[in-house]
Amino acid sequence: MATAHDLVRPATRSAFDIARVREDFPILKEKIHGKPLVYFDNAATSQKPRSVIEAEQRFYLTECSNVHRGVHYLSEQATQAYEAARGKVQRFLNARDAREIIFVRGTTEAINLVASSYGRKNVQAGDEVVITAMEHHSNIVPWQILCEEKGAKLRVAPINDDGELIFEEFEKLLTSRTRLVAVVHISNALGTINPVQRIIEAAHRRNIPVLLDGAQAAAHLKVDVRELDCDFYTLSGHKLYGPTGIGVLYGKARLLEAMPPYQGGGDMISSVSFEKTTYNVIPAKFEAGTPNIAGTIGLGAAIDYVNQIGFENLAPYEHELLEYATEALARIPGVRLIGTAKEKAAVLSFVMDGLHPHDVGTVLDQEGIAVRTGHHCAQPLMDRFGVPATTRASLAFYNSFEEVDALVKGIQKVKEILG
Amino acid sequence: MSDLRDLYQEVILDHSKGPHNRRPMAEASRTAQGFNPLCGDKVTLYVKLDGDRIADVSFEGSGCAISTASASLLTESVKGKSLAEADALFQGFHDLVTGKVSHDEAGDNLGKLKVFSGVSEFPMRVKCATLVWHTLHSALNESQQTVTTE
Repeated sequence: MATAHDLVRPATRSAFDIARVREDFPILKEKIHGKPLVYFDNAATSQKPRSVIEAEQRFYLTECSNVHRGVHYLSEQATQAYEAARGKVQRFLNARDAREIIFVRGTTEAINLVASSYGRKNVQAGDEVVITAMEHHSNIVPWQILCEEKGAKLRVAPINDDGELIFEEFEKLLTSRTRLVAVVHISNALGTINPVQRIIEAAHRRNIPVLLDGAQAAAHLKVDVRELDCDFYTLSGHKLYGPTGIGVLYGKARLLEAMPPYQGGGDMISSVSFEKTTYNVIPAKFEAGTPNIAGTIGLGAAIDYVNQIGFENLAPYEHELLEYATEALARIPGVRLIGTAKEKAAVLSFVMDGLHPHDVGTVLDQEGIAVRTGHHCAQPLMDRFGVPATTRASLAFYNSFEEVDALVKGIQKVKEILG
Repeated sequence: MSDLRDLYQEVILDHSKGPHNRRPMAEASRTAQGFNPLCGDKVTLYVKLDGDRIADVSFEGSGCAISTASASLLTESVKGKSLAEADALFQGFHDLVTGKVSHDEAGDNLGKLKVFSGVSEFPMRVKCATLVWHTLHSALNESQQTVTTE
């Protein structure tokens, strides 16, 4: 029987020392059911380097205080650290201005913020919002809620059997009624990298703003919001090697300034009386209440870490892993990949003949291999491919070729136990 | 691998590959649907009542090995039983897969259903085993709502 061992591993680039990188992630030393952990659920959440864990810990141990309040030393320090993280995100995304970076809980909240604030103001009865067939529920449901409230229509651009957007069909949906295009940058379930530059150009030719769901993309490729010229970009810290509960909404300043507040409370006001409240300027206008300060500082540390490795190093390595794993899985009889786009990130969604992903996942788990099984919060996408669910291995730069071999062995075990 | 073999016993694998009573039932007196939003599994259960007895029972839908085998073995177990007996089976089965009672402690009325005792070691899979039983409960109690495991 063919195994991954028959495959030739690409010579890993000297700039990328995988053994050293793995040292930075304490959890990778864990054993699961007595086997070394093989963590292939990075699209759900990535692991955190020690520097991120320590940054959060340091804040609570020695720096804890609220931000934007008080004149005491710790509050000033916390405010500086919080705003420094905003600067890191600004440079990470190459935004023009730090005011364009809004801290939120995650991508889901970022999209809800835009749907609720920008959407409610700009989408009216008869208008349309355009998404694609490969969206995560978080980039479907907020728009459905908005459309239902306004009597607007949600239009869905179709994809082909490889899981690629059918661009011509997408373009046909852009009309004088379209108020916003909201598209995933990299599909969490398929790994497809969307042609976002073309999407944005096509939409902008018709003066339609574009929101990109960057939950997956921000961790795997260099995002430059000015080069893309996207109007909104969203990301989650925890998929970017940072803490959970912190995410980012980037928005062009002129759009954010014209948008009504999303939530009311402290920090988002400049003055309050019972007769009249004046809202603060951006970004504070959209950051009501005490924010996730420790998480924000942790996100800043995660960005420092990614910058130190560099996308120019991690992206080619992840691509080598993807090609190796794709070839290895293709050699196993009865395994079928779902999502075979030409432009693809290191996500391998697959189904096995006669076997349900949940059973596959349980057997792999006993081998110490963490994969996601299910519909990946993309039920319409599963329907498109006629499967109830898939097994998904999503890779990160700290994964190794040996771990891919372990997955192949695990799949052989699945066949042995369930076959 | 003893754990996995406890979960995926031969009887379970056999029933998952060739489930019994997987068919629609036009003359059903009760039907109910079950849904597991976690994995997207859906099951429709058909029950034909003869007074207080379950004269016939069948299901449609596909899911993982555990849920398919559970549906298949449910239909075999409750056919011919009274409503009270079926309810007692549900309770006994639930206690077994959630680990409240062990394989040896479980009541003899469970019969073949005891092959599911290994499920209790896999908390993430308990819902796979119990979904169809909750669906039966709903059908027998004439609840119109789709049962979900959440």
